[in-house]
This record gives sequence, structure tokens and C-alpha cells, in this order.
Amino acid sequence: MKKNFLALSLLLVLSGCAASNVTWGWYVIDPTTKTGWINVKFLISGMGQTILISVIAATISIVLGLVVALPGQSSRRWLRILNRIYVEFVRSIPLLPMLFWVFYGLPIVFKSMGLNIPIDPFWGAIITLAISDSAFTSEIYRSGIQSIAKGQKEAAQTVGLSYGQTMRYVILPQAIRRILPPLANQFIYIVKMSAFASVIGMQELTRRANELVVTEYRPLEIYSLLIVEYLILVLIISAGVRWLERRMGSDERT
Amino acid sequence: MPQTVPSPVPATVIELVDVNKWFDKFHVLKDINLTVGLGEKVVICGPSGSGKSTVVRCINRLEEHQKGTIHLDGVELTNDAKSIASIQGEVGMVFQQFNLFPHLSVLENLILGPMKARGLSRAAAIERARHYLERVRIPEQGDKKPAQLSGGQQQRVAIARSLCMEPKVLLFDEPTSALDPEMISEVLDVMVELANDGMTMVVVTHEMGFARKVADKMVFMDEGKIVEQASPDEFFANPKTDRCRQFLSQILQH
Repeated sequence: MKKNFLALSLLLVLSGCAASNVTWGWYVIDPTTKTGWINVKFLISGMGQTILISVIAATISIVLGLVVALPGQSSRRWLRILNRIYVEFVRSIPLLPMLFWVFYGLPIVFKSMGLNIPIDPFWGAIITLAISDSAFTSEIYRSGIQSIAKGQKEAAQTVGLSYGQTMRYVILPQAIRRILPPLANQFIYIVKMSAFASVIGMQELTRRANELVVTEYRPLEIYSLLIVEYLILVLIISAGVRWLERRMGSDERT
Repeated sequence: MPQTVPSPVPATVIELVDVNKWFDKFHVLKDINLTVGLGEKVVICGPSGSGKSTVVRCINRLEEHQKGTIHLDGVELTNDAKSIASIQGEVGMVFQQFNLFPHLSVLENLILGPMKARGLSRAAAIERARHYLERVRIPEQGDKKPAQLSGGQQQRVAIARSLCMEPKVLLFDEPTSALDPEMISEVLDVMVELANDGMTMVVVTHEMGFARKVADKMVFMDEGKIVEQASPDEFFANPKTDRCRQFLSQILQH
């Protein structure tokens, strides 16, 4: 049933294509031709940078998210307020303006403080992605920590554990099972958002596609391949997330 | 050991003077005055919502009182870090819901406090843990996870976990209320033994048989106030207030 439907849709699209007077340029990304193969290699070559900035940004975000989340669990009111301000503020800034601010604005801030810290596209993208994502990861930590019953914290307190020890030995080991899957999911968000890094000149997947479109002028074909590239990347991560969820779920109680 | 105190009046371990507490607008504790001597066993009873759990939770600082003073072994409970540090682990607590750490084995539950809060070596902590597991009569369950034990066994592990901190006082907050009827006696037996060994205990419970057996002092609470305080003989034979008489007749019918 599903297969038939797919085949039918494909047939309709193709016949539509054939009937129209648009000339298709799939040859630009046809790997069996010499130039096609060079183009495809050029497009895929951005993959390494996309993965690299995503992984570094996600790693920073995972640590930063925890640093942001813990004050939110404090008994001190001002720490909780600080946490709320950070989360609400960062969460409300769209990624693109934040990227511009970090890349073009932050060096000026540094300069005004007498520091000479240049920000290249690579670190500009990573800083922006990490900060933007940390507001979300901190909320993931928060819900994970809060899902652990209050009695656990109290019991830890009555056997003399400090706040830090309670978190480290009692709360986080239990919360991690509920935190990891959504955290891994958040990684998908970072991978997709890393496409914005192209506008500040980061040589990643989207940037490569843009550059090729400029020289070949085949936007449909090239962006189609670009979408497929992201699709494959995200499908691989999704498979990883599902594997993680199964593993986490299976040993919940033993 | 504490039974051979030389002075006829045992040293005071816990002293509450005019303690008041509010949950927002709700006045949960009203002018609570209570003294617990070394080796003394105090049983607190009363209808639900009368504030008996809150009294116990104030004694180990799981809750803060707003007025009056609580002294523990001569140290006043305040928000001062030194005050908090001095009581941490000194007051053991057994909860209605056990609150064992589900991700740790029974033995790990027992050694966590002694190792992290008391600085015991792992070997010494394990030795101590085995000793107390023996005392609560489950020496062979050390490697199991809490979820693999029955409710009665879990509560006895929780008692052993408190004992491993070698606390000055042991508080019980309805320790048998969450248990199946056939498991209540195995927990009460352990508690009676502890009482006979001279442990200072404050027990919130409706188990009047246990109270008769071990209590030095009965405390009856209603609507946030201590309504009656008497020796068990007097308390059961001759309750002074209607409220207490009514309460006793209701729970003793079963």
C-alpha cells in the first residue's frame, strides 16, 4: 500500500517533469561524470566541518547546561533568579542575530576591554551554537533532576552528604537516564542549526552548497543534495539516540 | 551504653522551645515544647495533618522553623553553615517511603555516608555496614539492589543505613505506614531491639503496641499543637483531653 503510493507519487512527479519545459541539471551532481564527481566531492567535503563544530558546540553546551542548571536547583533565591534570567534571555534570542552579535560585535567588546581576541568563523559558530543550545540543555537537566523524588535528596542529607555530594552520588546518576536521550536529541538540533555558520563564512555543508550554486547556478539540484546530506547525518544520529534510549530504558530498575 | 548514664536526669539531646512554623500562611506548628533526653524514646502520635512529621523534620533540619529555638546536643539549629555541618549525619532518619538509593546496591547505600561524609575508608565502611546489616537481620542481601527486596527488608536496610552514621539520635517518620501488614512486625522488632540497646529515638507512628513496649514518653499532637505529653501508662489509661481520648479509641479499635 505504502509502496504503491510512493511509486505513484514518483511517477506523477516524473511525468510532470517530462511534460514541462524545464531543463533539469542533475548532471552537476552526477557522480558518474567527471565534473559531477568533483562537485559531489566538493559538497561532501563540508561534512567534516559541520560534524566538528556540532560536536564541539554540543560538548560545550552539555557542560555549560549543567553549570547553568545547578544554580536553578539551589535553595538560594538569587541563584535561582540568575538561572531563570539566563535561560529566558538566551532562549529568546534567534540564532542568526546571536551569531552576528558574537562574530561582529564581540571582538569590539573585547577590544574595548583592551583585549585582542579575534573571533574566526569556526569559534564564532561554536560559541553561538553552544550558548544558544545551553539554555535548552539546562532545561533538560532541570527536568531530569526534578524527576528524582525529593526523598532522595532528603535521605542523602540525613546521611551527611553535602549538596555537591548529593548531586554527584545520588541525584545525577539517577537523573542521567532521563537526561541522556533528550540531550542526544538536542544534538540533532545543533547539527541543523550549524547551517547558519555558513553566513559568517564557515566552510561547512551549507556554505559549500551555496558556493557551488553561485558557480553552477543549479540551486534545485545542489540544495536537494544538501538536504539529503543533512538527512543522512540526522538519521545516523537518530539511530544512535534510539539505541541509547533502549539501553537506558532496559536497565531502569536493576 | 547510654542506659548507664550516671546522673538520674539524663542529659538533654533535643530541646525544642516555643517552636513555630508556617507553610506560607498555614500555621503548621504552634508553640512546640519538647525535650528528649539521652537514651529516651519518644513516640509522637496524632491525626494526619497534625504536624507530627513536621516536628521530626524540623529536628534534622529538613524543614526550617520560623520562631522559637531547637537545640541539638547543645548546638542551636540555625542557617549558619557551622550549625548545619554539626548536625549533618548526627541525626539519623528513617522515612515512610524508605528513600533508599535505587541505583546503588544495599551495601553501597550503607557505605556512601560513612565514606563521603565521615571520611571512612571503603574497607572500614564495609565492615561497619556488614555489622549493621547483621543487626537488622539481613546480612546476606548486601549485593542486591533495593528494588529486589521486600518492603520490610528495604525499611530495615534504611534503618541500617542510618545506623552506619552512628547517629546520636534516630528519627522515624511513620516507618511502617507504607508496609504490607505482614512486614510491619519485622521492622518493629528491629526498632524494639534498638530501643533496648539504648538508642535515643523519636518515633512518629500509629503502632500503639510498639509505643507501649518502648516509649518513655508519649506525645499527642493535634492541629499543630502538642495536646498531651505523658508517660505511656498514664497516656493510655488516662488521657486528659477529649480529642486524645477520641483518637485513641479510634486507632485502638483495630
